[in-house]
Amino acid sequence: MHKVLGDKRAIFVLLGPALLVYSLVMLVPIVWSLFYTVQDGNPITGFTFNGFDNFTRFFQDPAAWDAIFFTLKYALILTVLQVAFGYLLSLMYVFWLRKGSGLIRTVVFFPVVLPTVAVALLFQRLFEAAPTVGPVNSFLGILGVQNLDWFGTPDASFWVIIAMDLWRSMGFYAVLLYAGLVDIPDELIESARIDGAAGWKLIRTIVLPLSLPVLLSSIIFSINGTLKVFDTVVALTNGGPGNATTPLTLYMFRTSFAYGDYGYGSTIALMLTILCLLFTVFIFRSTRRDLTKD
Amino acid sequence: MTTASRRSRRLIPALALLGAGALALSACGGAQGETGGSDGSFTYLGQTENTTIISTLETLAGDQCKAASDAAPLESDDISGTQWDQQLQLLASQDSLSDMQMAAGTPALMKEFIDGGKVLNLSKALDDLGAADRLVPAAESTVKALYGDGDLYALPTEFNIEGFWYNRELLETNGLEVPETWDALVDAAATLKDAGVQPFATAGKDGWPVTRLVGDYIFRTLGPDALQKVADGEAKLTDPEYVAAADAVAELGKAGYFGDAVGSIDYNASMNLFLTGKAAFFYMGSWALANFNDEEQNQIGVDNIGFARFPAVEGGAGSIDQIPANVGIPVMLSEKNYDDDAAAWLECIANGYGDVALNESGVVSGFVVDNPPTDLPPTTKIVQEEIANAPSSVLWFEALFTPKATGISQNNGAGLANGSLSGEEFMKLVQAANDEG
Repeated sequence: MHKVLGDKRAIFVLLGPALLVYSLVMLVPIVWSLFYTVQDGNPITGFTFNGFDNFTRFFQDPAAWDAIFFTLKYALILTVLQVAFGYLLSLMYVFWLRKGSGLIRTVVFFPVVLPTVAVALLFQRLFEAAPTVGPVNSFLGILGVQNLDWFGTPDASFWVIIAMDLWRSMGFYAVLLYAGLVDIPDELIESARIDGAAGWKLIRTIVLPLSLPVLLSSIIFSINGTLKVFDTVVALTNGGPGNATTPLTLYMFRTSFAYGDYGYGSTIALMLTILCLLFTVFIFRSTRRDLTKD
Repeated sequence: MTTASRRSRRLIPALALLGAGALALSACGGAQGETGGSDGSFTYLGQTENTTIISTLETLAGDQCKAASDAAPLESDDISGTQWDQQLQLLASQDSLSDMQMAAGTPALMKEFIDGGKVLNLSKALDDLGAADRLVPAAESTVKALYGDGDLYALPTEFNIEGFWYNRELLETNGLEVPETWDALVDAAATLKDAGVQPFATAGKDGWPVTRLVGDYIFRTLGPDALQKVADGEAKLTDPEYVAAADAVAELGKAGYFGDAVGSIDYNASMNLFLTGKAAFFYMGSWALANFNDEEQNQIGVDNIGFARFPAVEGGAGSIDQIPANVGIPVMLSEKNYDDDAAAWLECIANGYGDVALNESGVVSGFVVDNPPTDLPPTTKIVQEEIANAPSSVLWFEALFTPKATGISQNNGAGLANGSLSGEEFMKLVQAANDEG
């Protein structure tokens, strides 16, 4: 075996085809898309080189800035909320529900397996204002609040998206973080308890530092997932009202495919990639600093 | 032996590379020739949602088009309308258009196809076949206006007029006349609202039923060429006389005449509001006749529905006789695939489509009808009379805009209807998108 794997030609034969297919289906489109960022036009009229016009246009495009602002606001708020709620749930599983947490875990995890479009339809009905009044507005009606058009006002639709995504994803983060918490040796917690640590102090001094690696991976998962949000927004509000809930991904999709502007669309895609990269590097660097401290 | 095995060993990676490369290439080459080509068949590609065109073509294939169909049998395929323009772009860029297909939804994209030489010039083709007189003049001029250069590039398989459909009973009980001026319409809306009736059923979620009102108002105040001027860059939507139109519609929204949460009402919900008698006016195209004539959906009765032209604006350059019209999504023929077989099909479609579509599906097309059915429902009769009597037609608000401006306009229609956007803000957004080109 060692002999075969030591042979360069064997490695080439074994990896070559897979590598080739991978490059064809992954790298070629990426390079192609990069090439489009300095082009103008579409497949019918043909493409022409336009230098860095797409980039200057991006920085001067108010709609693009609105989309960046929405994407960042959404990503930061949702990351904080879903990791925090996930962490609280996982603490509840480990320290309060203990062995009996199975059923609750399943129930909280359940929305994760539901298709996004189904969840979006559910939330549309929940928050519906017309033609029929949904449960949320009916409940508010009892409290004396008048019928609120959730999807017609920018702020309200933003919070409905956040609520829906939180409901959908906190179960996932709870399970992820639960796996990290379970890994903390029982003896360590026991000895801390004997030393007099309990409640908030126990969590702050023992549980939090020991679960930090998994917590940071959750944050990286979350920020990257939320920066690239697409399906939930399309299914729930389709970017509206107006463009109030349009993230960069949807703006890119519309620019390329609905407006037929492939060059500018590719530029937006590149900007989104750079944004994700910056965030990941930033979080990775802060992780490394923490590790050296230890 | 050793050299042979060494050589074969050297060959393996090369073969693997070649194999994988060939596989990948064949995957890229795909669809070519499957939908396109003119080899002994007449191919048609349509939107899944539209069943009228294909069923009409199938009927024709067994009747007036029998000879054409024997020479080149009809082969049809369909894909979803939601990704239509995108699919067409892809097919056109691969030179894989079918012999005939539904046209691009955005006129601006059609212009690109026309400039790229992908679409057959039907003015010339129909002239050559001696069938130029088979189109209703109003429909022909609407399609021509849509694509700009004065020639015909698509067949009007539908011809729709738009205006305010109204509930006769609700107007009568509230002592209202059919409004002929914008002020009368606004007064009627106020009376209806005071009486507890929702004045307008409007699909704010879809946006276009709101922006149509803006466009029509512009045509009434500034004349039928007002939006052509915007397209040509001679005027801007942000000019005060254009903003006034958006403001007029925004005022209806602010007054609550479109009902609660208009931004959440979609096409079907608005149709339902009107057909269950909950709203008095409904701005819609005549394609809705299918719903009006369906007794299950229409609970107010077919005889209870009237049609009012979009009202005149006092002192405006336009007139109430200029009926907003469109041809739905017409069909186009591929320039590259046009041969004798396709010509035979085109000729018999021009001769038979109008009759078959009206008799079988109740659809008013832009083709001449030789044998109209005797038992037309009253609403369909109204539409036919309007089309016959209308001296001229106008397009709709976004007809000459870029795809982006069309999208932005329709996305923000709801804002205008619920009063959250002012007319000026709305026009600024649309004009900016239009300027990007």
